[in-house]
Amino acid sequence: MKRFYGKGLPGVDPEGLSGKLIVIEGGDDFNRATQLEMVKDCLEHNGHATVNVGLKRSTLVGRELAEVQQGNTLGPATLSLFYATDFADQLENRIVPALRSGIIVLADRYIYTLMARDIVRGADRDWVKSLYSIALVPDAVFYLQVNVRQLVENNLQQNSTLDYWDSGMDIGLSRELFDSFIKYQRLIQNEFHRMQSEYGFEVINGNRPPRPVARELCARVADLVEPLPTASIVASNASL
Amino acid sequence: MISRISSQETSYAGRLIAVEGLDGSGKSTQVYLLKRFMELSGLKVFFTEWNSSLIVKKATKKGKKRQLLTPTTFALIHATDFADRYERQIRPLLRAGYIVLSDRYSYTAFARDAVRGCDPEWVRQLYSFAVKPDITFFFDAPLEVALKRILVGRPKLKFFEAGMDLGFSSDTVESFRIFQEKIYSEYRKMIPEFGFFTVDGTLPIERQQELMRAAVEAKIDLPCFASRVLRPKKISLPR
Repeated sequence: MKRFYGKGLPGVDPEGLSGKLIVIEGGDDFNRATQLEMVKDCLEHNGHATVNVGLKRSTLVGRELAEVQQGNTLGPATLSLFYATDFADQLENRIVPALRSGIIVLADRYIYTLMARDIVRGADRDWVKSLYSIALVPDAVFYLQVNVRQLVENNLQQNSTLDYWDSGMDIGLSRELFDSFIKYQRLIQNEFHRMQSEYGFEVINGNRPPRPVARELCARVADLVEPLPTASIVASNASL
Repeated sequence: MISRISSQETSYAGRLIAVEGLDGSGKSTQVYLLKRFMELSGLKVFFTEWNSSLIVKKATKKGKKRQLLTPTTFALIHATDFADRYERQIRPLLRAGYIVLSDRYSYTAFARDAVRGCDPEWVRQLYSFAVKPDITFFFDAPLEVALKRILVGRPKLKFFEAGMDLGFSSDTVESFRIFQEKIYSEYRKMIPEFGFFTVDGTLPIERQQELMRAAVEAKIDLPCFASRVLRPKKISLPR
């Protein structure tokens, strides 16, 4: 039986949301996308329908949010509410309908990253909690713990540079991109650690190549979903 | 909670005046006249209005045009718009000692979002980063008066403006009427809660303006907000 963290969404009854909401959380790491793809393959292989959601992907403001981050300075409350709008649009128009149809929703990050970012930018904890009281409580939250040094590595391998926002350059921790990235990601990690027990994160060691991480994720996710009668046989032959 | 967050900012040098009321209550006319009075008196004054942040407007427009908004995203996108104007203009101007006039403030959201079914406490929390205005004028015009002004002046009502998303009626004008009536009752409830200064919106324009100016002058020492013109130093040119 699903429930909301707070009063939830007006007009949305959490009863009858039979799908599973599975969240993968962690720092700004390009490997997560690969890992999620593998989990999706694994679930589909076993006959489960999936839907992917993530940050800045809403129809309503996804593109607009990406645009204003190019060269615009948004105040912290504006940035926070812009992301909350993006989240709410996906929650109502993608997550809830998918869950109602019995689909497994794989969320590439959820309210926890958004809350951590806001708090690091000086938002009041209670304010942020109230803001996201509209969110559904997931069936599981897997927190991929990655050393900050490893995050740098993963980001550089992907992009050959560090992203302005992922480095928290807007909050002036350092004028040096590298230093700022390290400091910012550490602050975010501290927030994740604070949230860990409150929100029941299951910690997964992310300091490994994507494949073993994905394999562990798949095994954990498999425990949460109803197996098809033949799934066990198929799973044993699966490539992962 | 709200007062705790707001109290961090009670020390700003400027003053904030907000006007609230139904569409057609006359508030925009009155705040315009107040602004002109202040400008012509040489005061440092800045005017801002609801739903006008340049960076958020595009998304709001799309959401409205394509009817993508739900009560929750409607509330959030308007809060985002407000936050942008607040962080970029209202707060710095207040800190710099300006009189900021705001055509609609968070109370508009409290009223509309409550009618749309959002949890009132959740909506109040969204806006808790914003200071409470020094004076909030509520222009109290009976529904029929306000409706008549709107329906004569602007015959075409937009989907969300008329509250068509709420399914009160398939007739735009009828839907607008029901929606406005509900907003009006939300406003009435807020008068004691937030200490609005109520102005009778059926009085002649000049009389309303007189009341408004008197209330402002009673509460704000206007000469303190005169813009200081810095005279350039006398430079003695070499002969």
